[in-house]
Amino acid sequence: MSTATSTETGTATGTATAERDRPGAGDAVRVEPVTQARVVVSEWVKLRSLRSTGFTLLAAVTAMVGIGWIICSATASRWSRMPPGRLAEFNPVDTSLAGFHLAQLAVGVLGVLLVTGEYATGMIRATFGAAPRRLPVLWAKTGLYAAVTFVLLLVAALAAFLGGQQFLGTHGTTLSADGAVRAVIGVAGYLTLIGMFAVALGFLIRSTAGGIATLFGLLLVAPGLGELLPSDWQPHILPYLPGNAGEAMFAVHPGAGSLSAGAGLAVLVTWVVVALAAAAVLLARRDA
Amino acid sequence: MVCRDGTAAVPSVGVNRQKDPLIMIEARNLTKRYGDKTAVDDLTFTVRPGIVTGFLGPNGAGKSTTMRLILGLDAPTSGTVTVAGKPYREHARPLRTVGALLEARAIHTSRSAYNHLRALAATHGIARSRVDDVVEMVGLQDVARKRAGGFSLGMGQRLGIASALLADPETLLLDEPVNGLDPEGIRWIRDLLKSLAAEGRTVFVSSHLMSEMALTAEHVIVVGRGRLIADMPMAQLIAGASADTVVVVSPDAAALGRALAADGVVVTGLDATTLEVAGLTAAQVGDRARDLRFSIHGLAPKQASLEEAFMEMTRDEVEYHAETPTPGRAA
Repeated sequence: MSTATSTETGTATGTATAERDRPGAGDAVRVEPVTQARVVVSEWVKLRSLRSTGFTLLAAVTAMVGIGWIICSATASRWSRMPPGRLAEFNPVDTSLAGFHLAQLAVGVLGVLLVTGEYATGMIRATFGAAPRRLPVLWAKTGLYAAVTFVLLLVAALAAFLGGQQFLGTHGTTLSADGAVRAVIGVAGYLTLIGMFAVALGFLIRSTAGGIATLFGLLLVAPGLGELLPSDWQPHILPYLPGNAGEAMFAVHPGAGSLSAGAGLAVLVTWVVVALAAAAVLLARRDA
Repeated sequence: MVCRDGTAAVPSVGVNRQKDPLIMIEARNLTKRYGDKTAVDDLTFTVRPGIVTGFLGPNGAGKSTTMRLILGLDAPTSGTVTVAGKPYREHARPLRTVGALLEARAIHTSRSAYNHLRALAATHGIARSRVDDVVEMVGLQDVARKRAGGFSLGMGQRLGIASALLADPETLLLDEPVNGLDPEGIRWIRDLLKSLAAEGRTVFVSSHLMSEMALTAEHVIVVGRGRLIADMPMAQLIAGASADTVVVVSPDAAALGRALAADGVVVTGLDATTLEVAGLTAAQVGDRARDLRFSIHGLAPKQASLEEAFMEMTRDEVEYHAETPTPGRAA
């Protein structure tokens, strides 16, 4: 047993682990140190091996593309009957990307579930048993989910835009239109940030129901509640809610009183960073 | 502290512990409180390699909490616990240092056993062939591709053991591993634990069943309500625990009982004609009865079972008695 401490002496070689001298160790198992990259690979295996991942991401893409196309074709067919007020507000870019309203819910739910599913089943103990420093798990889950969401929803947003313009026909536009590229990339970025925020909420709240309720409350309920605030308070609160700030960053014609695109992005990133920082602090301190 | 044969080279516990790499798990004044409830109360013990060490205690005694503290899943309120000289989380290859099976299942129910093991293996760069090996080792090859949520308790335990063995660990930490296993599985676990210990590994196994531990463990640490009750070789525990009694049947039991009762002798009436006598041998009871001219219809020595000895030892420390069936979160 002279090699009892071999686990911590080997650095990157990995061969240090093969030198056990106990009997039965002829078929020594090669074991490498835990690194951030290996935790990412592990999270990738986890992400791919749950069916709910595929279903939920498919739902997000379908919502993004399908709703955009449906609204565009419905708008084109009813163009002559549209009230003047709606016509004045009409923007072909924003119309084709309207599916984000639903897609954000799918992306958010999956982000919460990636974490709370582990707490609910007890898997989190195996996860932290294998990566006891814990923070690499937070970064891996967040980063991986962000990458997957961004790639998939960028493609979906592009499909929604291009198809939507086809459905709009003469009322449509092209990617060279003012703000069109920013809108397509921006909406994918918005959904990605919502996904990251949801992962952080999952680590903070640790229960599926609580995490999803909090997310939906912020995205869906808070803007409505904000409308009930005294009107001189509203400009100081409403534009800074994650949904409104996000819409400011990609919409060609965001709602009245919204922030600039850059400010919207900055505000939404702040939400995500603060949530992740809080999750990191609590993750390191709380019992698993 | 008595050293077992075969471990004569191991220095006696208490001498220079921290510098001895052979001493694999060391808890010092380990205490964990949840709110105002103390789950683990000032535990100090050492678990050595090369033998199976049993961790015994009734449900709610703090066994699972102690195991979570060893793995760093929960942080101690005070005190420390180290594995091979440092806290678990500071090891570069934690799964190589400790392979753990925790009582509550630590498996995502929607994932297959195979993918569960692959995800764990990936954190340590362990090859797929090793995943196949451990799946075969625990006999799950036929169901490894199925959802772990559909597993029976016994299959779940086998998967947990496969996870524990994945990185060929130096220390095994198993919380109630025989739970839900059939007799064949229990026997398999016993043999596995003994062979792992024989290879020089540290094996720390919790159980609330004394009889099970008696067959597997060479050394035993007994806890009750989070406190240390005993830390000794199993043989010593068994020897000290045998509070033997004599069962006497006599038509005049009540009078015989009064006659036998003396300092150090406890007589309990079981029914109108039967007595249980502690503190005298069967021969002594027979001789006294003859001298006093009592008629004896039956005389039998009764050896206390291990389970009784264990219950006696922990009686004051049992948190949940039968009449208050509170489910214990931390066993």
